Amino acid sequence: MALETITTVTGKGVYVPGSDIDTDRIIPARFMKCVTFDGLGEYLFYDVRHHEDGSLKAHPLNDPKHAGATILISGVNFGCGSSREHAPQALNKAGFKAVIAQSFAEIFFGNCGTLGMPCVAATAEDIEKLGTAVRENPDLEITIDVEKNRVFYGDENFTVHLPDSARDAFLSARWDPIGELLEGESEIEATAGALPYMAR
Amino acid sequence: MSKSLFEKVWDAHTVRQLSNGQTQLLIGTHLIHEVTSPQAFGMLRDLGLKVKYPNRTFATVDHIVPTLSQVEPFADPLAQEMINALRQNCEEFGVTFFDIGTGHQGIVHVVGPEQGITQPGTTIACGDSHTATHGAFGAIAFGIGTTQIRDLLATQTMAMSKLKVRRINVEGELPPGVYAKDVILHIIKLLGAKGGIGYAYEYGGSVFDNFSMEERMTVCNMSIEGGARCGYVNPDEKTFEYLKGRPYCPKGDEWDAAVERWKAVASDPGCHYDDIVNIDAADIAPSVTWGISPDHGVFVTENIPDPAQESDPDKRESIEEALEYMKLPAGAPIAGTPVDVCFIGSCTNGRLSDFREAAKFLKGHHVAESVKAIAVPGSQVVDQLCKNEGIDQVFRDAGFEWREAGCSMCLAMNPDKLIGDQLCASSSNRNFKGRQGSPTGRTILMSPVMVAAAAVTGKISDAREVFQVAETAAV
Ligand code: SF4
Repeated sequence: MALETITTVTGKGVYVPGSDIDTDRIIPARFMKCVTFDGLGEYLFYDVRHHEDGSLKAHPLNDPKHAGATILISGVNFGCGSSREHAPQALNKAGFKAVIAQSFAEIFFGNCGTLGMPCVAATAEDIEKLGTAVRENPDLEITIDVEKNRVFYGDENFTVHLPDSARDAFLSARWDPIGELLEGESEIEATAGALPYMAR
Repeated sequence: MSKSLFEKVWDAHTVRQLSNGQTQLLIGTHLIHEVTSPQAFGMLRDLGLKVKYPNRTFATVDHIVPTLSQVEPFADPLAQEMINALRQNCEEFGVTFFDIGTGHQGIVHVVGPEQGITQPGTTIACGDSHTATHGAFGAIAFGIGTTQIRDLLATQTMAMSKLKVRRINVEGELPPGVYAKDVILHIIKLLGAKGGIGYAYEYGGSVFDNFSMEERMTVCNMSIEGGARCGYVNPDEKTFEYLKGRPYCPKGDEWDAAVERWKAVASDPGCHYDDIVNIDAADIAPSVTWGISPDHGVFVTENIPDPAQESDPDKRESIEEALEYMKLPAGAPIAGTPVDVCFIGSCTNGRLSDFREAAKFLKGHHVAESVKAIAVPGSQVVDQLCKNEGIDQVFRDAGFEWREAGCSMCLAMNPDKLIGDQLCASSSNRNFKGRQGSPTGRTILMSPVMVAAAAVTGKISDAREVFQVAETAAV
């Protein structure tokens, strides 16, 4: 189970402003009827991107200028709502590799981490500035430096927050925990063996 | 040293510390359903791994099942594909599946307790946000994502950081017509939808002591809506009485030994809590939401907030956004808001006592002309119990449709959906935008009895007035 280390994420950004963008908005529940995650990317933000007749609304993600963006930029409490991983998966399958927002919902944050997608938090001011820069120049290259806790773009840079445990996981290639969990086999069996209900 | 239930259960299930400082935590009971598990089984296959403890993994089908008729093939081929995938995965990996034909199918958080799988002092996880429901039994129960489901299938463990514990005391007596749903909506309103982040909620006080197990489940169910990762009530005689004789509970001598262990797992008197909140039961009234987050709540006697009265610009903006979506007038009384659809069901309020209580008041009333009203039992067992008592007939006589078991309109992954901007009085747990199947559909959360009152009057109404609750309660 060898994973890659994630020290930086570099790419084009797209700004989707708003607070409390919940998982149902990121991927409406009706698109979660799937037995694999492949293909979810298409339905990312579906209801805010489409009219009821299926025609496109004005939305940053519908703007061809932002095609190929890999860094999503948003507001407060991004990813709140459901624990379902369809939302991080939809972002992932749509090509996103990281999210910069003011804050994140806890479960969403954890689910993104396991997919190797850093979610870094920044101030409203820095986000607004970055968002404006991205709107003006959609091809702007943004780099999230996971190691240094900073975002760089053009001549600008700002500090972001990422909890130490999450940063260490990216840097030490342990962001997907399964490898380490499997190593604990004998301890797992010992712990289970001491619990009477596990025997049933 | 005295410890809380959370700490005792956490310690007993700690496998070891991981390199990132998190705990490798053993999850004794893994519950799965059709929506979040197939991808995890796929990952398991990709890695060439097996299910480590198939006898501690239990499956049911709930989100996608149609409720008009559960006969297969389902009209929706995708739904059929999902149930087929679950059947195949359970068979291939040796997992017990409460399939439609068993008579035990239902919403995962209804089935676990009703089968006696949910037990005190255990850890439970399920790829579903409302797993905290099982905390009503003094279990530590987490909602998890698909990758964690994979981890659990493969190792029966997951990586987690320890939570803080907030004790929430609700003392005194609830006024007549005030239910468990009102208690949790009130708690979420007070502490906020994000107030519980990083916490486990321990609910206690005389109100919880007096609550039935089903009422405790209603409160624990919505812990996640307050941001808490899990919520629980310490086990007591009511817990044991509920569990006794259930299919998956220990029997005979083993039962007595289990009860001794369960008693010992309750929080010790004087244990440390990271935070304590005290709430007076007398302050709580029938509650409804007005917005698009479960903490957008008011008492039914109150007014919809007016953003103009809000000084905090962020809050003002969030009220404006919510009211624009909900198409509700700022500052007007919430009572009197016309409703189009009424839904009683879900893992929050889809159990026997919920239907029994609503039926008690529905007798002799009829659903308003303009309203479509559906009642959806949380499981096939609940359905049967209601039928044994004639509760389904009371609902039908009152003009409700009585459906088959499933999640139904709680999140509308099956055919039960709002249309356009219909407004639904709902006993479910989430009022997010588009939650009930229409991108512009509107949801107002409330207790089942309040839904019944809305159904009968065609508008948001104070059930205490519609049904003269105080007098009825006295007889
Ligand atoms: S009833 Fe609603 S909240 Fe509960 S498990 Fe089903 S969809 Fe989720």
